[in-house]
Amino acid sequence: MKGIRAFLDGIEPHFNSGGKWERYAPLYEMVDTIFYVPGTATAIAPHIRDAVDIKRSMFTVLIALLPALFFGIYNVGYQADPEAGFLQHMLSGGRAVVPMILVSYTVGGLWEVLFAVIRRHEINEGFLVTGLLFPMILPPDMPLWMVAAGISFGIVIGKEVTGGTGFNIFNPALVARAFVFFAYPAEMTGDPVWSLAGEMTAATPLAVAASVQNGDAGLLVSQAGYSFGEMFLGLVPGSVGGTSKLAVILGAVILVGSRIANWRIIAGGLIGLFGAALLANMLAPASGNTMLSLSPLSHLLAGGFAFGLVFMATDPVSAAQTDRGRWIYGVLIGVLCVMIRVLNQAFAEGIMLAILLGNAFAPMIDYFVLRRHIARRRMAYEKQ
Amino acid sequence: MIMAKAKTIDTFLGPLSRSNPITTQVLGICSALAVTVKMDTALVMTGALVFVLVGSNTIVAALRNLIPSRVRIIVMLTIIATLVIVIDELLKAFVYDISKQLSIFVGLIITNCIVLGRAEAFALKNSVTASALDGFGNALGYGLILVLVAAAREFLGSGTLLGLQIIPDFLYVENGGWYVNNGLMILAPGAFIILGLLIWLQRTINGYKEE
Repeated sequence: MKGIRAFLDGIEPHFNSGGKWERYAPLYEMVDTIFYVPGTATAIAPHIRDAVDIKRSMFTVLIALLPALFFGIYNVGYQADPEAGFLQHMLSGGRAVVPMILVSYTVGGLWEVLFAVIRRHEINEGFLVTGLLFPMILPPDMPLWMVAAGISFGIVIGKEVTGGTGFNIFNPALVARAFVFFAYPAEMTGDPVWSLAGEMTAATPLAVAASVQNGDAGLLVSQAGYSFGEMFLGLVPGSVGGTSKLAVILGAVILVGSRIANWRIIAGGLIGLFGAALLANMLAPASGNTMLSLSPLSHLLAGGFAFGLVFMATDPVSAAQTDRGRWIYGVLIGVLCVMIRVLNQAFAEGIMLAILLGNAFAPMIDYFVLRRHIARRRMAYEKQ
Repeated sequence: MIMAKAKTIDTFLGPLSRSNPITTQVLGICSALAVTVKMDTALVMTGALVFVLVGSNTIVAALRNLIPSRVRIIVMLTIIATLVIVIDELLKAFVYDISKQLSIFVGLIITNCIVLGRAEAFALKNSVTASALDGFGNALGYGLILVLVAAAREFLGSGTLLGLQIIPDFLYVENGGWYVNNGLMILAPGAFIILGLLIWLQRTINGYKEE
């Protein structure tokens, strides 16, 4: 470790103002703070003594994502050929998923460095999370150039146009996914894309439930061979990282335990999902729409709702910032997700658009929560 | 004299970049979003706007001392509406296919803020020549952005420019290649994104700051 410090100190003068690589100071700063806690101190109050900065908290998110990532790699291999052994699953899954992650990090990283150098700010480590989240919410056979196009859009339009990390209105990884979803619908929707097996089409549980008019959705899903157990473990076709609810729960424990994700958003989302799904079930007998009859538990276990709620709805930048606002924001996302899934057959999965809509409403929710709070305090004050 | 000349050229060149009606003043966005899926519609729309804007600016400037200021809006609208109906009929007569694609958007030139905006802000106070130049410059500034947006959308969304295939056939997935057209560019949000990027680029180059 001393060697690294000595090397970094040795080259530092070149990056300081006046040095020959002055323009690339953000790069030096990035490498330096990955290895060491920066020595800069806040000049004005409040002072909080804590080793955790944005870099550390983003690394915690990465660690929380690892179970879902490894299970995702395994599941991609498993879906391609269930008969092959564990090692074979990991290898064939890795061959599909690792290039996507590399492309996402490389292309996204180039944009990130470009903007950091032009705008003379530090490289924001939030990108480490965005660059990994994006491939994890894609179908496993996504062409790599589309991954590159998607992450470019997510970083530039989703984040940099509004001023970079901390100023983004929407979650950049979801903006990237929305871009490829609408730009290349053939690669993002339909049955064949969710498995590497090619001709052997593999419908996701939600697609199965949405496929037939007049029927029992839960029955359809189980007839297609998807039991609650399999959906909970994640051995079903779906996006790379989003199938396993077990891995998502592990990630949620890490995120909530380290106070990076706020539990109110997750709880609110679950309440919204269950409430809206129960309401839909009550309406089901009066309508031919099969999706209305899908039980709340199936809504939770099938598809990417859990992954999106835990890892993307809780994004501290684009979520609501007040505690009461977080509850409302979470419930809104849960309800919207069920509404999109049930009422629009073109979108079998609703969580992406639900979170993006939730992001759009978050500032307004906070605004009204704060205004109400101020009004109540004023009334209490005037009564005295 | 030289000063006056420089000013005349400025009335014409200003709207092309520095005070572009779309990117700087953000006027006339509605049609810029609607008719830019293909370049041919954008070009015809530009032609129609040149006709209406030069015509309305010239006529309004010529009548500027006769129009009572209390009823000026309705007088200007009558002039503009007349010109729009004329161009609409001309398009139907000579380029029927494109006129069908443009549908109501030619008629909607009446409500294009640029036309009434230039009549009110410029033609009412300036000579006929200056007003005609101002109308021409603003219409071309509008057209420039329209054609740029349309070129980007047609290239990315359909792989063509003015209907000519640009991206070679063998690159497409259907023919064993890997390329797929970007469907988002055909949808309205594609126009918003391209237009936003153009505004960003132009304002960065000009150093324009929102007040």
